[in-house]
Amino acid sequence: MIAVEQLEISAGSFALRGLSFELPAGSYGVLMGRTGTGKTTLLEAICGLRRVHGGRIRLEQDDVTDWPPARRNVGLVPQDAALFAHLSVREQLGFSLAVRKQPADTIRQRVEEVAGWLGITPLLDRSVSGLSGGEAQRVALGRALAFHPRVLCLDEPLSALDQDTRESMCDLLESIQARTGVTVLHITHNRAEAERLADRILHLQDGRIETRHA
Amino acid sequence: MSGDHAPLSGSDRRFYAVLALIGGCYVLLLVAMLGADAAYTTPGHLWEALQSPEIRYAIRLSLISCTITTLLSLWVAVPLGYLLSRTRFPGRDLVDLIVEIPIVLPPLVVGLSLLILFQTAPGRALEKFFPVTYAVPSVILAQFMVACAFAVRTMRTTFDQLSPRPEQVALTLGCHRSQAFWLVAFPAARRGMLAAATLAWARSLGEFGPILVFSGATRFKTEVMSTTVFLELSVGNLEAAVAVSLLMVVTAVAALFILRHWGRETALGEPRRS
Repeated sequence: MIAVEQLEISAGSFALRGLSFELPAGSYGVLMGRTGTGKTTLLEAICGLRRVHGGRIRLEQDDVTDWPPARRNVGLVPQDAALFAHLSVREQLGFSLAVRKQPADTIRQRVEEVAGWLGITPLLDRSVSGLSGGEAQRVALGRALAFHPRVLCLDEPLSALDQDTRESMCDLLESIQARTGVTVLHITHNRAEAERLADRILHLQDGRIETRHA
Repeated sequence: MSGDHAPLSGSDRRFYAVLALIGGCYVLLLVAMLGADAAYTTPGHLWEALQSPEIRYAIRLSLISCTITTLLSLWVAVPLGYLLSRTRFPGRDLVDLIVEIPIVLPPLVVGLSLLILFQTAPGRALEKFFPVTYAVPSVILAQFMVACAFAVRTMRTTFDQLSPRPEQVALTLGCHRSQAFWLVAFPAARRGMLAAATLAWARSLGEFGPILVFSGATRFKTEVMSTTVFLELSVGNLEAAVAVSLLMVVTAVAALFILRHWGRETALGEPRRS
């Protein structure tokens, strides 16, 4: 569950004030709105990457407003995938578990499980330099899922993909959410993508969020 | 202009010809300059220079001091470049300005300023336990003051050009800031570090003014290759001066070649810019 109450964030001359919404546990929320309305800023605040000047952010039963990103257990998939250029696909997927000092066997099993879900098992020992856009997004998704996050934040992950790849990624996102039950907050400009994936569509406009069931 | 590019029209050819002419003049001048050096000296002069114990000491000191300076410069430039690029703190602009000073200052002034610094009470107190002025540490310090500024500028540009996004993702994956730096930013900056190291090493090899003022030019003590050229010139031994100059050219070119080659090797697997 994501609950945002009277949130205040500012980034330079841009500011969001008194923003509130709630996304129930296990739901798929799609956040829409024009460019420059603060969608990514809001996502960054939920991930703990942006300072909050007022209001609260709760994830499940925890008030995480003042928590560092590492403690929040939120997976992030940015628009450009932001893969770690010096690591292989396998190392990307196991990164969060290695940071948590999990045993090598546990990491290997989890990496193979997540890679199986995403259909990237044949890519595991490749470097990320030659991956296509769709492959890179799958790896970024796997990296964000490996540590069992309670919330998954997707920042326009499909915007740079061609129509066919976008369709298959939508299938994948649906199956991943059904399998893991993770709460998803997904930013997109694509109405068809939103209608297809969302339980709830959140529309950010003029500093306010309107929520409607899809 | 070659390969699979579209055929060039007449005006395109003229455009490239003008570019090539302007650029070519400079390259030609450089090659002519080095060619003149090479033509002036003979293998005998070079051999003679290499046999001289003073010159051998200078070469050894140059190589050792440049390497130490490079390591020190990287040690400072990586954290400072990262701080200047990634963080906003009070006085950041001032720090940014201060670290650029050695780049614009005449090298001689750097040497003089160091000399004056070590004449102050804290400087003199340090010298009692650890002699710096007119000793080998002064050579390294004089090289470091200038070379480090170039290394900091290179590292700052490197981190500016690296997206902070992977580090942010690393934070969400469970990293602290320091882990995000060591596990993500640091490996991604390796090409920049090679560039900074090359630049620092080359600047240190060519450093002359600050060393002459702050370290003196004492044979078998603070003489490096650049001071050898000056000393040999001042006693009228032009052949030895040119021979050592050529050795410096060869050393610098070899260092550039090795580092560039190494840079290409380690750069394999660079990120796909999406």
